[in-house]
Amino acid sequence: MSKASSEASASTKVSSFVLLAIFITLVVAIMALILAVQAYSMESYEVATILLIIGFLGVVASSYVLLQTRQRMIRLRIEAPPITTTIECKKCGFKAVREFQRGDYIFKEVEPCQKCNEKMLITAIYREVREKGKPSFPF
Amino acid sequence: MNIAAVLALLQSQFFQFPGGDIFSQILTFAIYIFIFLSLFYGQRIQLHIMLREVEGSLYKLKYIRDEGRRIAIEAIKEVGKPQTDPTPRVDRFLEYFTISPQSLDPAGVVWKLEHILDVRDTRFKDEVRLLAPSADETQANNLENTLEAAMALNYIYKVIRHYFLLGKKTLSLYVIMQIQMILPLVMREAEAYASALKAFAYGQPIGDGVGALVAAKLMHGYPLRKVPKDCVVATVPIEGRTAYVIKAEGPGGNVGKPGDAIKTIIEENEGKISNIIMIDAALKLEGEDVGEVAEGVGAAIGGPGVDQFKIEETILKYRIPINAVIIKEDIGDAVSPMRKEVFEAADKAIERIKQLILERTKEGDKIIICGVGNTIGIGQ
Repeated sequence: MSKASSEASASTKVSSFVLLAIFITLVVAIMALILAVQAYSMESYEVATILLIIGFLGVVASSYVLLQTRQRMIRLRIEAPPITTTIECKKCGFKAVREFQRGDYIFKEVEPCQKCNEKMLITAIYREVREKGKPSFPF
Repeated sequence: MNIAAVLALLQSQFFQFPGGDIFSQILTFAIYIFIFLSLFYGQRIQLHIMLREVEGSLYKLKYIRDEGRRIAIEAIKEVGKPQTDPTPRVDRFLEYFTISPQSLDPAGVVWKLEHILDVRDTRFKDEVRLLAPSADETQANNLENTLEAAMALNYIYKVIRHYFLLGKKTLSLYVIMQIQMILPLVMREAEAYASALKAFAYGQPIGDGVGALVAAKLMHGYPLRKVPKDCVVATVPIEGRTAYVIKAEGPGGNVGKPGDAIKTIIEENEGKISNIIMIDAALKLEGEDVGEVAEGVGAAIGGPGVDQFKIEETILKYRIPINAVIIKEDIGDAVSPMRKEVFEAADKAIERIKQLILERTKEGDKIIICGVGNTIGIGQ
């Protein structure tokens, strides 16, 4: 493995310290939940409520941190968006859309037209972005 | 259980240190510890939280920087077919720097800056030729752009790392705070360069090239000639006027020197140009739509300012009015593969140009239309 790739994998891995902290929090939270059940059975409702809250918060917090760590790893990948190339025949108007290939450029003459055998032209190269929904504020 | 009962319970549980059961004692002790820590170590805790945040971003920047380096090396190996491993040379290239000229006496600083930029450009081109001997001109230009993007990523990473380590060493809240506050903007820029890398390596048109695309659409099918430097011009009849349409020579990654090209055309026509229209991509403000077309006056051209200076000097000499049409996009869109909205905005910009020509010039007039931007992936 090259130096660069080993460094890249080092930057994507999750710290063992963070994993240990998440694990300890989760164990303590589960213990609090078990104690809450015990306190409830002993009719000590106030203690049971507090233990339940602590246990619930602990489970939520550790799950959230674990999820965030996973998302950070996903975000670390550089995604190449799909690029579309549109080829057009200027004579008969035949249009074809395909994935971008290395060497494509706008106004490049490419393969002959399937219909009239005239040379076709690349007329568009672009990527489509799906908007995640417009924010609700009225500005 | 009502709220008053809960409050009474919390009070009895939390603020009674001696007495009570073991659980409430532990909890009360923990709260006292928390208050003590917040009082005396609050700032230090805040500092460490900030450092963690910067560290997280630094990991991401390191990953992006390494990816950039890897993509550049792969592209050089694939296209340039070098005899030896290009990695050490690429690493040396990533550390290149340019010293801007001294501006204590500002007179003539533009020409000094132009000279430095020319030297830099020649040096980069020579370096790319050595790295990739089999690459043709278009591929060499694309490789140069790829290496420049990798260089920018390397620089961003090093600056953030510098402030992170400095903050860690001095434990100065203000050093860390400064970097933490600008971090979202820095990350945005780094992500933009990361998406630019593959576009440059594959020769895909980028958002910044929309000005060149407009010019290419106008000049396509008309005879072309080269003008200094690295630009092409076509004489195109539009609405009964003669338009000199200028753009950087594509399809390789190239911005040319539109300042020199416009000056050449004006001087060829002895200053008898009735209007200049410049088209360029411009950064949008948050809330504006991508691909919005706007119109104004002035030389629409970015970069270090040399070309803008030359255009302004020439049009002042001959008193030529200058108009600008801009297509709005954000920094990420400007350096990443061209978005559909931006591509479609080119046709809207052409309509605006035609309207502008009809309103601002007379039949038989000579005009210059200059599409500014990186022409990577755009022919003519």
